[in-house]
Amino acid sequence: MLGFYMPDFRLILPEGILVVAALFLVMEGVFRKNVTFRSLVHHALLALIAALIVLIFMHQPGYKEVTFEGQILQNDFIYLAELLVLIGATAVMAMSLPSMIKENFVSFEYPPLILFATVGMLLMVVANDFMTLFIGLEMQGLSLYCLAALKRDQIKTSEAALKYFVLGGLATALYLYGVSLIYGFTGSTNFETISSVIRIESMEELSIGLFLGVVFIMASLSFKVSAVPFHMWTPDVYQGCPSSVTAFIAAAPKVAAMVVFLRIMAGPFLLLYGEWQSLIVLISLASMILGAFAALRQNDLKRLLAYSAIGQMGYVLMGIAAGNDEGAQAVFVYLLIYMVMIIGIFGCLMCLRGKNTEGIQNIEDLSGISTLHPKISFILAIFMFSMAGIPPFAGFFAKLYVFKAAISAGFFGLAVVGVLTSVVASYYYLKIVKVMYFDEIPAAPSFSYGQALVLSAEIKIVLNICAAIILLFFAFPNPVLQMAQQAALALPI
Amino acid sequence: MIDTTAILFYVFSGILLGSAMMVVTARNTVHSVLFLILAFFNAAGLFVLAQAEFLAMILVIVYVGAVAVLFLFVVMMLDVQLSQLRRSAKGYTLIGSLVGSVLAIELIFLMLNWKISSNAPDLTTTPLSLYQGMSNTEALGNLLYTHYALAFQGAGLILLIAMIGAIALTLRHREGVRKQIVGDQLSRQAKESLRLVDIPSRSGT
Repeated sequence: MLGFYMPDFRLILPEGILVVAALFLVMEGVFRKNVTFRSLVHHALLALIAALIVLIFMHQPGYKEVTFEGQILQNDFIYLAELLVLIGATAVMAMSLPSMIKENFVSFEYPPLILFATVGMLLMVVANDFMTLFIGLEMQGLSLYCLAALKRDQIKTSEAALKYFVLGGLATALYLYGVSLIYGFTGSTNFETISSVIRIESMEELSIGLFLGVVFIMASLSFKVSAVPFHMWTPDVYQGCPSSVTAFIAAAPKVAAMVVFLRIMAGPFLLLYGEWQSLIVLISLASMILGAFAALRQNDLKRLLAYSAIGQMGYVLMGIAAGNDEGAQAVFVYLLIYMVMIIGIFGCLMCLRGKNTEGIQNIEDLSGISTLHPKISFILAIFMFSMAGIPPFAGFFAKLYVFKAAISAGFFGLAVVGVLTSVVASYYYLKIVKVMYFDEIPAAPSFSYGQALVLSAEIKIVLNICAAIILLFFAFPNPVLQMAQQAALALPI
Repeated sequence: MIDTTAILFYVFSGILLGSAMMVVTARNTVHSVLFLILAFFNAAGLFVLAQAEFLAMILVIVYVGAVAVLFLFVVMMLDVQLSQLRRSAKGYTLIGSLVGSVLAIELIFLMLNWKISSNAPDLTTTPLSLYQGMSNTEALGNLLYTHYALAFQGAGLILLIAMIGAIALTLRHREGVRKQIVGDQLSRQAKESLRLVDIPSRSGT
């Protein structure tokens, strides 16, 4: 332990770039005279793209390395997860500018906080040790609480941020308690050491303290992915935050937390499969059912999307419950397609503006906009069909792979419930399409939403790419499937 | 000798648990904070017993010296109606006690299945072989700044984020506030601010 080996800094190069850029942006915001919000966002975007390019060019397939004395790991699995996180952050950053300027929400802390949150997510994903994972979780969490609270002149936003913060603190406490139990019973916080200790100990009887620790960690990760018993914060936070922040919270952090969930369950605790599997099945069932039924009566679009996110996370958890290669691959495919859809939906919502500064709030605000903005409503309809899982859109295939994995692992009941809840959920996705296409534009003077379209070149690019992925996935699924398969193979399952 | 350590251990932990209970149950919030400080002192005592002097001192300096005093200020400045909070918390008695009892049962199970390794007494009395002959501070520093440098830097970034957040959420730019700018005040020269005017006598200004 006393010997010191120079760590391989190349493995954390993307994180390093983002940290330096975030510090630079903070300095720029404080000290540069008349710096504009626009230029700050553009600089942050440049940093994210630079990190993305570095990540892609440094990657060699099949490569595996552990560094920082076992605290950091790099392999195909982690590469794909990092790629997803960075793409999600970049896309939201690119789209957010016009709507934020329209909403008069221009605090210069926004770009650096997004970068810090991205660094946190990357650290979560590359962590090979519960300490590093904790640092990543907290960095991500704290940045997101700050982002949620940034628009401080609105009571609803403050309420949402406070709820998020308090419940997030509780989840952190659960995580730490679980890790302390695991450290106490295995003597290490390193994933690989824990895994080998469990392998040796499982010859005899494993201590109940270990299971307790695993359950606590699962609870805190369920909070991060907003799975059912720990989902309460999601609707309030989605509704209360400004759209750009909600889009960010909905996309990349969910992916990062879910990947970490999969990695922990399939890494150090793989041999406890028999114990955690039933819990995941339970969480998955509850999330799917609540996501389907609670969203039916929602009128607020962002609240509806929050419940839909809870349901979608239930489907992803199904892949983790399967606990095999196929399940891991399905999780990745699902996460990628989910992220693309959610970015697309929020992109469309951020474009549509009322005469006032505010954006879309209720489903009725969308009524009849297909005649006003045929292009945007067409794209939004594609995403909604895909969310509902209607072929030939990508969302159908995402669900298909997850169901297939569940059936191959013998979870027929889970798959049946998944199909049934997706039928129920398709009601509210299709309702949005119906409101857009078949409802009349109300003549009442109170109506002021969705009349103006705020676009920028970045939004157009992002939306077109998202729509293209969703539309063309059925024709060219191989690149995505192959990447997901490689990632799944890097797992020790 | 062993007996005194054992007695001290039970005294410290007894007071620690008692004051922790009082933190939660005390009627007056200021009293709660004072009990919290007492709990910190006893925890520091436990650290000293475990021969972790550095941690004990840090606990006293940081938690008693800074955090608890800050708590005290906050509690005194905010007008918290504890009885009202209690009343609103009463609605959660049932579910709270349910969750609490589940946790308690789990912990009791844990205690019942407690296994003590046969070489545990040796391990607790001898220091880690790698850190033999090192002081507490040196060993901790070695661990923190060499082996966990990444986590340490990450923790630094988290504190920075917390600072940015606190400033972003509370700083308000007010117009028309006359602030002191010490640099400007000190660099003022007499000729910038003093003007000698010749006033002819009997004409006034």
